[in-house]
This record gives sequence, C-alpha cells and structure tokens, in this order.
Amino acid sequence: MESSTTTLRKTPLHAVHREMGAKMVPFGGWEMPVEYAGLINEHMAVRRAAGLFDVSHMGELEVRGPGALAFLQRVTSNDVAKLKDGQAQYSALPNDSGAPLDDVIVYRRGPERFMLVVNAGNVEKDFGWLRSRGPEGCEVSDQSDAWALIALQGPLAQAILQPVTGIDLPSIAYYHFAEGDVDGHPAIVARTGYTGEDGFEIFVAPDHAEALWRRLIEAGREKGVQPAGLGARDTLRLEARMCLYGNDMDETTSLVEAGLGWIVSLDEAKGDFPGRAVLEAQKKDGPPRKLVGFEVTGRGIARHGYTVFLDGEPAGPVTSGSYAPYLQKNIGLCYLPAARAAAGTAVEIDVRGRNVPARVVPTPFYKRSKQ
Amino acid sequence: MYPADRRYTKEHEWVRVEGDRGTIGITDHAQKQLGDVVYLELPEVGRKLEAHGSFGTVESVKAVSELFSPVAGEVVEVNTALVAKPETINADPHGQAWMIAVRIADPKAVALLMDAAAYQAYVGSEAK
Repeated sequence: MESSTTTLRKTPLHAVHREMGAKMVPFGGWEMPVEYAGLINEHMAVRRAAGLFDVSHMGELEVRGPGALAFLQRVTSNDVAKLKDGQAQYSALPNDSGAPLDDVIVYRRGPERFMLVVNAGNVEKDFGWLRSRGPEGCEVSDQSDAWALIALQGPLAQAILQPVTGIDLPSIAYYHFAEGDVDGHPAIVARTGYTGEDGFEIFVAPDHAEALWRRLIEAGREKGVQPAGLGARDTLRLEARMCLYGNDMDETTSLVEAGLGWIVSLDEAKGDFPGRAVLEAQKKDGPPRKLVGFEVTGRGIARHGYTVFLDGEPAGPVTSGSYAPYLQKNIGLCYLPAARAAAGTAVEIDVRGRNVPARVVPTPFYKRSKQ
Repeated sequence: MYPADRRYTKEHEWVRVEGDRGTIGITDHAQKQLGDVVYLELPEVGRKLEAHGSFGTVESVKAVSELFSPVAGEVVEVNTALVAKPETINADPHGQAWMIAVRIADPKAVALLMDAAAYQAYVGSEAK
C-alpha cells in the first residue's frame, strides 16, 4: 500500500473538468472541480434547471453474501430489513457513543447484495471498520475504483436524463434506484442527491463516465444544465440543511445531537448495534445539545470554525457557514445546549474579532416546493 | 487588459493617482481568484491608512480576502454603493468597483509600485 504519497487522485472526468474551465482544488485526497462558470450561477442552475456534478470521489463498499443483511444490521444505525430490492436508505456507521464514523447510503441490489456509498475521505476507515466488526456469511469489498458517479440534480433532471436511458425514470421513487443501460452502458440510477432538489445519482464504469458526462451536457444544453462544482454542492446542501461529515458531525457528535435521530432505528427487528443504548436514551430523554440552523442578522458571513457566543459565553464553533445564494442570506449550523436550541434564540458570531448578531431559525433553510 | 493609467501591488490592488488623490480597487485577476463576491467591508471617511495596511475585507461565497492599501494616506471618499452591490467587483473591477479614495501622504511613493506591464508580467508568472 502506498502511504506517504501526497499525490491527489484524479477522477475519470478530470480532463473534461479542465476542458470546461473548472477551478480544481484538493478534497478528501482527490483533485476535484470547485467551480466552473461561477458558484452562484451553478447554485441557481440547480435550483431552477439542473446541475451536473462529478462525485466520483465518493466510495462504494459492497457487502455480499447470505449474512449481509444480518451483518449490516449490526453495524449501521437504520433498519436495513426495511429495504426492498432497488431501495436505498440514508444511514450511518455509529461508534459506541452513538456518533458516526461516517454517514452512508445503503443500496439493496439484491437480498444478499448491498452497496454502501461512503464519503471519499472515509473509504479506508469505513472499510477497515467493517472488516474489524467480523462480517459473518458475507464479504466486504471496496469497489470504489469500479464506479464513477455523476449526479444530475435539479427540477429538470428527469427530463434531461430520460432520453439518455431506457429506464423508466418516473417509476423510480425518491430513495429508490434501478439498474439498466444509460447511454448504452450498464448503470445504477438512483433518485438521491445532496442538493435539496429532485435528481439522480448515476453510477457507471469509469471508462464510460466521460461519454455520459458529455451526453448529459448536450442533452441538457437547451434546458440550462450547468456543470457544477463542489462549491455549489456545499452551498446547496447547506440550504437544505444536509450535514457534511467532518464539519457538522463526526466521531464526537451523536446522531441524535446532529438531528439524525430519524436514521436511528430502535425497532425490535433491528437488534443491537454500536451506541444503541446511548442513542435510545437520547431519543427518549433528549440529547444534551442539538445542531441548529442560524441566520446572521447583522452584517457578516459566519464561516466554518468561527466561535458562536450564547449569553456572552463561547458555545462552540460554526460547523458550516456560508452566504446562501438562493436565499440571499448568511446562514450556518452550530451546536447549542438543547435547552437553548429553540428557534428565535439570539446568539453572536465572532467574525474575525467582531461580534455579529444571529438567531436560531427553523430548518431546512430551503425546502423545494412539490410540483 | 490592465489599464495603464494606474499602479498595481503584489496583493492585487490598483491605485489611480490624480494629484494627491488616489482611487483604490482590486484587479481583475483578484476578482477572478475570489469568485462571486457577496460581501464587502470598507473603512470610514477620515481613517488614516498605512502603505500596505489593511483597509477592509472582501468576501466571495468561498473565500475571505483582506484589502491592503497601495499607499499611505487618509480616506476621503468611500464607494458606499459598492458595499450595497458588491457583485459589481466581479463585473467591473477596474471601473465602477473602485472602493475608496485617499489623500496620498507621499505621492512620490507611488512610483515604487508596478505599472500595468509589470503587473501583467507578475500575474503571468504567478499562474502555475
């Protein structure tokens, strides 16, 4: 294994990003496009039409065998038994404190075949963790190199993708997927995303990624599709109040504190998993602190790491913070004591030495209207 | 590309001098590096600035950048319209997006700054 190399990995779409004028940055060990024509432009394209994202840096782990379901029940927080073939589920790999080693999406490809999509920077950690938990009757393998992942997100995503695939897209419900040909090659098409909009994530072999990317750009040209970078992906997910692993949650924040109690199953069928007792108690009695959304009411942008003050005392850092292009407000997330986490609570953010007022607001900040 | 009627700094500010009045902004290269500008903080009229001293901050969605005065002097005018519409910095960095005007303490010092050709070469060499 290579260990000391600092060389950034490149996705199969690297050359296309360069060609399309992307500004490239390091992210999770990869060289990724952060923006093309401008972050705000890309953000708005996703809200109004569609954006095309390369998220091939994400990892794919496969758990396969007669014991796969039972094993996943032991290591994830959500109830995997609820999944049918072709269905996906947002979940997490909790530690003994009920905090996530990672947040993941579990795809049931068959009764004995599951795929976990994990964060780029966590692939090795997750893979090592799963193997250390003693998989029985199943095999865990890292399939990350076998997949490129392209996300097409926005209200026009379905209209743009449909002509490129024989899969009947309207029949794929939210958090479901289908396997079939896209642009003439085998693919997995999932109705999932990280933007707060309708859209698809398309898994294809790395060799076919570039052709599919170009095809989708072409198919969406008249509909206003834009290639979109990690910059817009971050502001889109923040408006939709989706947590970013490593910022809004990590191995020290319980899932219930992070507002992810809904992916913690305490059903009888679920059985025991790491942190279950802690999470059960927090779901029943409430967690000591909660991840809340705030809106800056003064002048200034609250950014990741800036200190939040509650009643003049430091309460912790801003976990995510940015100008929100669609809302045209400055918003962010931070942890507050549960007793003070209600909407309306006044806080202050230390913006480079200046205390700027903000207040807790209901989340998500942005929710798309259902057609 | 870079107007010849002004001087430039390594921190990518420009200053246009008329008598002892210097009008200051950031360069096209700077706005491109920043990306979409969404926030601007400028000093009050009357503030005394040192050469290469900070006079404010400009923020894009992703980045915060401090603004440094090319020259020493006293702020005599602030472009408050720009504070309300900071995206103008992306659209017209060398024109409408002037930020402040100062009464220059030592007009001779301006000659030490880069002219347009030198700045163009500097930006060219800075690109990887």
